[in-house]
Amino acid sequence: MVSKTLNAPNGYKVRISLKTALGEDAYEWNQSEMFFFQATMAFAMRRHFQMETYNVDNIILCVQTSRVSFWFVVTSPDNTTMLIPKADVEKAVRMSRHRINNAFLLSDRTLEFLGIYPTLAAPVNPDTPPWLIVFGVVIGAVCVGIIALLISSLLQKRRKEKGMTEDGQDEEDMQVKGVENGINLDGTYNRGFTDDDRFTKL
Amino acid sequence: MQLCCFLSLSLPRAGLKQGPSEHIDNDHETSLPRPKWNNKAEYLLTCIGFAVGVGNVWRFPYLCQIYGGGAFLIPYLIALVFQGLPLLYLELAIGQRLRMGSIGVWNSISPYLGGVGVASMVVSFCVSLFYNTIVAWVLWYLFNSFQEPLPWSQCPLNHNNTGYVEECVESTPVNYFWYRKTLNITPNMETSGSLQWWMVVSLATAWSIVYICFIRGIETIGKAVYVTATFPYLVLTIFLVRALTLPGAYEGLIYLFTWEILKNPQVWLDAATQIFFSLSVAFGGLISFSSYNNQKNNCEKDAVLVGVINSATSIYASIPIFAILGFKAHTNYVSCLNGNILALTNDFDISDMNITVENYEQWFDSLNGTHPSRVSDLNLKTCDLQTFLDQSASGTGLAFIVFTEAVISMPGSQVWAVLFFIMLFSLGLSSMFGNLEGVLTPLHDLKLVPKWMPNELFTAIICLLLFLMALIFCLGSGNYWLEIFNSYVGSVPFLIIAFFEIIAVAYIYGIGRFSDDLEFMTGHRPNIFWKVCWLVISPLMLFVVLVAYVAVQAQTPPTYAAWNPDYVNFPDTEVLPYPDWVFAICVLLSSVPVISIPLVAIYRLICCMSGRHSKDSLHNDPNPYANEDYVVERARP
Repeated sequence: MVSKTLNAPNGYKVRISLKTALGEDAYEWNQSEMFFFQATMAFAMRRHFQMETYNVDNIILCVQTSRVSFWFVVTSPDNTTMLIPKADVEKAVRMSRHRINNAFLLSDRTLEFLGIYPTLAAPVNPDTPPWLIVFGVVIGAVCVGIIALLISSLLQKRRKEKGMTEDGQDEEDMQVKGVENGINLDGTYNRGFTDDDRFTKL
Repeated sequence: MQLCCFLSLSLPRAGLKQGPSEHIDNDHETSLPRPKWNNKAEYLLTCIGFAVGVGNVWRFPYLCQIYGGGAFLIPYLIALVFQGLPLLYLELAIGQRLRMGSIGVWNSISPYLGGVGVASMVVSFCVSLFYNTIVAWVLWYLFNSFQEPLPWSQCPLNHNNTGYVEECVESTPVNYFWYRKTLNITPNMETSGSLQWWMVVSLATAWSIVYICFIRGIETIGKAVYVTATFPYLVLTIFLVRALTLPGAYEGLIYLFTWEILKNPQVWLDAATQIFFSLSVAFGGLISFSSYNNQKNNCEKDAVLVGVINSATSIYASIPIFAILGFKAHTNYVSCLNGNILALTNDFDISDMNITVENYEQWFDSLNGTHPSRVSDLNLKTCDLQTFLDQSASGTGLAFIVFTEAVISMPGSQVWAVLFFIMLFSLGLSSMFGNLEGVLTPLHDLKLVPKWMPNELFTAIICLLLFLMALIFCLGSGNYWLEIFNSYVGSVPFLIIAFFEIIAVAYIYGIGRFSDDLEFMTGHRPNIFWKVCWLVISPLMLFVVLVAYVAVQAQTPPTYAAWNPDYVNFPDTEVLPYPDWVFAICVLLSSVPVISIPLVAIYRLICCMSGRHSKDSLHNDPNPYANEDYVVERARP
């Protein structure tokens, strides 16, 4: 039984969830993968400190479980009995986190360094909120529609006022129902007496 | 003397059998013919669209869920047949016969009951105010559905990007988006907050769309309803097909088929009120719509059709709603289990994905048997599918919280969100047509419109006035006010108006006269079922429902649920009592619309007794069929 609080003040516990991340394509976690991890951590330490040459031997792993999880500590390249402080390791991991994740085809969630919280992704802030764009389109269409309908109503009224009979509903109704002076007449309206000067202007 | 007044004031049977079959129906002030529907389909679609509203989607399924579908449908259908259909038939018939809006119609039937029309107009006005605000909320969500990822799917970061906003973490992203990003709600009603500009913008859009549909009266409405009345059915069918293929749909549908004994008397009250409010009677809108009809139209068939389609739509809408609620419960259950699985896997260092949803129980039992203290230290949540299924919601909670959460888990969330909100928008818009028609047509018939003002301008003024008054719902406390309007205006006044309507037609107008009218219009007299309903059953049911409703309301303390992030039990809502001034407003909202009924009656009585208006009433409310040569002049004492 492994205690959660291993007495390793300068060590970090790593937890890897291969099947969750990769499903069917999950590779097997074996000693080669552990070696790869050591190499990746050595790279991260080199990248951060830039002066000192870390090697795979400086990354010491222990307490491996089938979860997959294990602890690691980093020793100094000059003096293998001296451990690198936790804070420095954290800085190195944070700096190269993206590269480490990609090396193993994993993500922040499936390759966890317990105690090092992933930085939250900055939200994508578009210049104009998308909803304003949709709103603009809708309100533009509605305004155009209102103006168009109002103008066509106005034109219809003008035409009626000028006495030109509209082709369409009114004339048909007048012909069929024979409405004149508001009194219902039976029969069809005799167009022989309409004013059709507008047709013959000679 | 009073008898004399009554007789001279009530209009004679204006040319029912001996009148001309064709008629002149001119609006006397403009000598324009009364507008009429282009075809029967437009009229039916408009009535169906008015009746079928957002309540069919978010109130009916909720009632089915809490009472059990099978148990609720029985009182619902009984209420439809004995209360809903007679009222519907009555309204369509008198509108079609008397060819006026609600005020004109009730003035014609009996000038003492002219107040019923005024009350209808006032409640339609109040309902238009808050109903279009709901449409504005739907538009806001619709505008926000065109994003990837959906804004209610994740919490936003706080201002120094170190973590998520606390209010969102403690509740859920969906709740946060609704209460904070949409409403920006204040912790209580006393704090009014400020106008939320995005809400004002959405409200302006909603009123503009309503205006453009109303610009030319029923000419443009008739075109618009081809889309707004039919589109919801298309979307419901798409959702039905999609929802039935989702995991967990079957568990959700169980609710529709549960059958409990009708032991709870509350179910009858809820069924009767649901049918009543769902059919949108007593608004005056149906009277207005049928007044544009040809007189020789079979309104009996129309009434039965509209009523049946309305109920069928409710039942049809429940199926995808329940399926999706079942899917949501299933998703919540699986993620609850996955949280437990992860905790167990990490603590016991078990190989990844060895514990699955299927074998969770066995693993849990074996681990609990060997290491009970460690397992209990993990504080695993109890995941029960039934608990998730029992979470019910109605109204805005269903649409904007529960459904939006379900949509996030569906593949292609944006499409489903857009479809859902367009459907809600269509449902709301077609109901708004009826609401606003119940306001505009009486004003036209009362000849309150100056002759120089074109109709388009008058409609614009009314829409602008309603928009400005509805800005109160865009304040921080707007949602609380909307709930008040919904509960106090949108309930008791309608029951009272409908009760007076049916009494007026059945007893004051006379069932005999009404049957003659119906024979003129439909070609046959109404059968015994309708007469018994109008005379006895429907008024009795309405009266009982009214009394029971008021009694139940009087027993529930006047409180409201407030969203207060500083509350001890946040994210639960805090239950606060209404302040006194707010409660006074509630009482006013319930009583002012219906106060016009006795007021107008008393006014007419006073005027009649002083003998001034006895002749003028005939000229004030000209019934085109009132051929004044045939009025019997009673000798005035």
